[in-house]
Amino acid sequence: MTDHRTVGDILRGQGISRRGFMKFCAATASMMAMPPGMVPAIAQALDNARRPSVIWLSFQECTGCTESLTRSHTPTVEGLLFESISLDYHHTLQAASGHAAEQAREQAMHENQGKYLMVVDGSIPLGNPGYSTIAGISNIDMLTETAAGAAAIIAVGTCAAFGGIPHANPNPTGAVGVSEIIKDKPIINVSGCPPIPVVITGVLAHYLTFGTIPELDKLGRPKAFFGESIHDRCYRRPFYDKGLFAETFDDEGARQGWCLYKLGCKGPTTYNACATTKWNAGVSFPIQSGHGCIGCSEPDFWDGGGLYRPLSATTADIGTTALLAAGAGAVAGAVAGRLNKGAKSQAQAQHEKLTVEDIEES
Amino acid sequence: MTETDFLNWVRGTGMQIALTVFLVGMIYRLLENYLIGRKKSLAEPKGDEWRHGLNTVWRRSLLHSNLTTRGYFTLVAGYIFHLAFLITLFFFAQHIEMFKSLLGFGWPALPPLVITVTAVLGIVALIAVLFHRITDPVKRMLSDFQDYLTWFLTFFPLITGFLLITQSSLPYKGLLAVHILSFELLLIAIPFTKLSHMVTLVIARWYNGAIAGYKGVQS
Repeated sequence: MTDHRTVGDILRGQGISRRGFMKFCAATASMMAMPPGMVPAIAQALDNARRPSVIWLSFQECTGCTESLTRSHTPTVEGLLFESISLDYHHTLQAASGHAAEQAREQAMHENQGKYLMVVDGSIPLGNPGYSTIAGISNIDMLTETAAGAAAIIAVGTCAAFGGIPHANPNPTGAVGVSEIIKDKPIINVSGCPPIPVVITGVLAHYLTFGTIPELDKLGRPKAFFGESIHDRCYRRPFYDKGLFAETFDDEGARQGWCLYKLGCKGPTTYNACATTKWNAGVSFPIQSGHGCIGCSEPDFWDGGGLYRPLSATTADIGTTALLAAGAGAVAGAVAGRLNKGAKSQAQAQHEKLTVEDIEES
Repeated sequence: MTETDFLNWVRGTGMQIALTVFLVGMIYRLLENYLIGRKKSLAEPKGDEWRHGLNTVWRRSLLHSNLTTRGYFTLVAGYIFHLAFLITLFFFAQHIEMFKSLLGFGWPALPPLVITVTAVLGIVALIAVLFHRITDPVKRMLSDFQDYLTWFLTFFPLITGFLLITQSSLPYKGLLAVHILSFELLLIAIPFTKLSHMVTLVIARWYNGAIAGYKGVQS
């Protein structure tokens, strides 16, 4: 299992030219908002970096994150960089199964104690441990055991980062993200449902280059990719500023490419790199394809009302609430009015008229 | 509670609470007053109650030539604020989407530039009336805590909304949640404060006009 080749050796072995490698390093530096002077440093660091051991744990997930990374587009340096890591355990991709697979994980942990990277996709159920197990081991046990010897953890996808769809109301399994359980290790949240492949490899490149985790936002996401909202970088933003909105998916506004706010776009409240790096080798992203952003890289995005409900609209059943409130107000008002009327009648009945004699007496 | 939790809460449960307090409070207050009833007048009517009542509702909104300069300031600033606030509230596209989710129907919006101008006018007018309230000895003496509270509750949604549409450097999600919350606080305060004039104003004016009309005098 121990492999002494460097990342550079592996990339060269896969036919990556020096030019292609330098282009990747320049793109990585650019994406992560580093100065051009860092490009040679990245190249040198990556060239000499030892092939890191990576243990990839999949819990309550749909394999979409792995699909995103491995099947996104034609092979690129990003993809090959992913392949250059020593992926010692990934129960979807690995050839071994059963006891042999678990043995591979334990061996990788033992040989690379304190140095391996742990990647997690999927949420962890805190309810009944039997909700999700691998080889009879509950997710939480496998997570805590593997995390103990990890150098850093990359939580890939919104499920691993924030609980994701399993965490949505009513959260039947008690699903949570990695950072809710592991408190003593550096955790990088690469959220998204799924995350953008280049963001995952960008984080890997950063780790391989500097040996540290990149600067993170308050939700533990790399600022280089999650620093700006989709809305602020959206090419449809000028239409928002002019108040030009598509009302339906096939009206004139939609054909003219107007803003999708009224169709439920969550771009203003979503932080991700979709509008800049885009998907499928930079071909497009959801808004460019005519569908609003669903906010998949944000915590609890599934509980923010319907995907097609505008951000300024209410999410609760307001009609029933209003009817009940109006009814309660009417009943309370009627009762109070009746009591007031009774008090008024009583006061009138008890009223004694002032006579001339009363005045003279006083 | 994360920013997302906060936003989800104000868009859902928060709005339900605010709407419930507003509706229960306002309907209670109106019904309670209405059901006390009016004493039957034995005098012969000299005019039509409804016509004079509605006429007064309209006439009390007009500028009167016998106002002093100080009175004009209150009236003009008040007019600017009320019109600016109502236009901003009811004719901004994003607000109409909110009303659509409450009422089930919407209406055409004004361009964002117009809304930005009305929001600025509303903010400036509110600051001006606050300044006047503080500096004018009579107004200052007549003002109590509720006057300053209602000023703040009115100013808060305007300023957060203005920042939301003009300052993209601020965190949109948190600011949107605070903006919606500010509207909800305003809704909750209406039945318990002078802000209830948004409903009672029409009734009170009508009543004054109707009494005068019945007696055959000008209101």
